[in-house]
Amino acid sequence: MKPARFDYVRAETVAHAGEILAAAGGDGKVLAGGQSLMPMINFRLVKPTVLVDINHIAGLDTIALDGGRLRLGALVRHRMTAEDGLVKAHVPVLHHAMKHVAHLTVRNRGTFCGSVCHADPAAEMPMMTLLLDGLMHTASSRGTRAVAARDFFVGSLVTALEPHEMVTAIEIDALPPGAGWGFEEFARRHGDYALASVAVVLERQGGHARNVRVATMGVGEMPARMDTVEAALEGSAMDDRALDGAVDLLRAAVAPNSDLNASADYRRHLVGALARRALADAWSRATETAQ
Amino acid sequence: MSARAEITVTVNGIAYTRAVDPRLLLSDFLRQEIGLTGTHVGCEHGVCGACTILLDGRSARSCLLLAVQLDGAAIETVESLGAMDRLGRVQEAFRAHHALQCGFCTPGFLMTITDMLRHHPLESDAEIREALSGNVCRCTGYEHIVNAVRELARERGPLK
Repeated sequence: MKPARFDYVRAETVAHAGEILAAAGGDGKVLAGGQSLMPMINFRLVKPTVLVDINHIAGLDTIALDGGRLRLGALVRHRMTAEDGLVKAHVPVLHHAMKHVAHLTVRNRGTFCGSVCHADPAAEMPMMTLLLDGLMHTASSRGTRAVAARDFFVGSLVTALEPHEMVTAIEIDALPPGAGWGFEEFARRHGDYALASVAVVLERQGGHARNVRVATMGVGEMPARMDTVEAALEGSAMDDRALDGAVDLLRAAVAPNSDLNASADYRRHLVGALARRALADAWSRATETAQ
Repeated sequence: MSARAEITVTVNGIAYTRAVDPRLLLSDFLRQEIGLTGTHVGCEHGVCGACTILLDGRSARSCLLLAVQLDGAAIETVESLGAMDRLGRVQEAFRAHHALQCGFCTPGFLMTITDMLRHHPLESDAEIREALSGNVCRCTGYEHIVNAVRELARERGPLK
């Protein structure tokens, strides 16, 4: 299909983009990589009155490490995230996850922040943002604000981003020294949206797991942190009994849907199997650190 | 509303200036405005890869780009690779390896592979297959396409 009519503005600055979005009265859309938005526009599932192209705003295409946090600007493409040295060194779980993101040609254009704003329940970037306690920095004509990942994802393809706002950057945790990580995903074809995926980050102190973080996607309306699993594994020895218990808790915590690719029961089974592997990988990668 | 905008886009080294409706997709701009019908339109939502072109040297879906956003950009299409009587090297490898049957998906594959050869190490079949995975072919079963790329990668040698 062809898109419905809209106006197009090439934004010069973030402030300019904010002005255009404010003037659009809720019917404006931000165009960055366009790899999620343009299909929806072509299908007329989204019919903005004005498209605000942010691709030429200077300074949004950088990845920077600040303290223990990594900041990814709104024009950081998936290819940049995949190839970036800071990401590889400080957030290896994200570096690894990038191998599962779409296809070469889509990675050339699609952006980290755009994927988070699109909030597909089976996309990697929203889950990684949630796993790594992300903070979305937004700007609009009314000012700036920062929204925590736990408050940002509201439903399938729905976020707390207001129509007049744009995300200028996303901040995520770098992994502490010695932290272990695990990432498991299953998709019908490599690069397709996942049937289920699990990501884990933890630390190892005195033979026990600390600061355990577990996130899932593809098994609910939104990516989710597995609070009950995290609490149960905190301080555990990560032995078979602990892992079995964690898998049971995780299967109880998810609410997958059935669709033509997989039934809910299959997804629930699958996500448990993936979680066990991701937890074991994270534990084996973690090195003992002082308390 | 939706006033036409004048843009200048360089396609295969030639600058074209046109007034375009903001909703005009690059794929339709190439085919209908400047008559380069080598770029094929399959799914129009970024899944099939048939419309792949190079934007500033990197592969992109032309159905997910608007012509209006490309003022000042450089596009390369399949027409830049060669012609019927003087095939380019990638096209030649496709012919030699029977890497096409109906040919509908071929322009997209050729442009994706051009990006792969310029920028990606292509050290294993797994890497070649992963890089090709965003292009759909319903005829060949991909095996002959992989064979063609393997030969091209070997011929090119390691990336500088």
